[in-house]
Amino acid sequence: MSDMMDDMEEGGEGVVKKFMFVNRKAPHGTIYALEGLEVALISAAFDQDVSMVFVDDGVYELIKGVNTKGIEVKDFSKTYRALEGYDIEKLYVEKASMDARGLTQDDLIVDVIALDSAEMANLMAEQDVVISY
Amino acid sequence: MKIGIMVSEGPYSHQASDTAYLFARNAIEKGHSVPRVFFYHDGVNNSTKLTQPPQDDRHVVNRWSKLAEDHGVDLVVCVAAGMRRGITDEILAPGFRISGLGQLVETGIQCDRLVTFGD
Repeated sequence: MSDMMDDMEEGGEGVVKKFMFVNRKAPHGTIYALEGLEVALISAAFDQDVSMVFVDDGVYELIKGVNTKGIEVKDFSKTYRALEGYDIEKLYVEKASMDARGLTQDDLIVDVIALDSAEMANLMAEQDVVISY
Repeated sequence: MKIGIMVSEGPYSHQASDTAYLFARNAIEKGHSVPRVFFYHDGVNNSTKLTQPPQDDRHVVNRWSKLAEDHGVDLVVCVAAGMRRGITDEILAPGFRISGLGQLVETGIQCDRLVTFGD
């Protein structure tokens, strides 16, 4: 195995890339939001330049007052508050996604920067790695 | 170019794994390298040797194993996502290994591109 494995092993030390995690799904109903959050937390251990953006139903991941008792699944919404402790401080929401759902920043559990679609596109274009779910 | 791949959907119920495989195979044929494929979310279900599709259908799992054997592609299954779904070392098909999410981040850091396949 290999030349390609060797390729992976060389270099990489000390490289800082711009990672963006694009959260597009509601927090419950599918597992994408929960497992996506796990990737973001792990990335912090690699000292990368991490941004998290929330678009479409993904903005619901940050909503206040989540109660999952009725659906008998884990409520992980408080974890978003812990992101700051992992030095993940660049949190963005898309304005149009918020507006379409009647949400304002007061409805969210963390401080975010709201971007319009063009600003969001520019931010995405600046990234080295975009992982979306 | 060094291309890393993430697969986030299970086999047969979704095209993501097929498309990722075809992309990887063709990229390698064209002279690029695909050092690693990372299986996450339901994508971890692509790794089990218990998979037995009908004989007239493609074998998604064996295809990945062959790609690993022929080209040294590192097939990594996320341990946390795998454990949730009952994927353990005992049922891994050849060429697959279980490791942590850090391997996905590392792939993003070390490859020129990280291409993701899923919903």
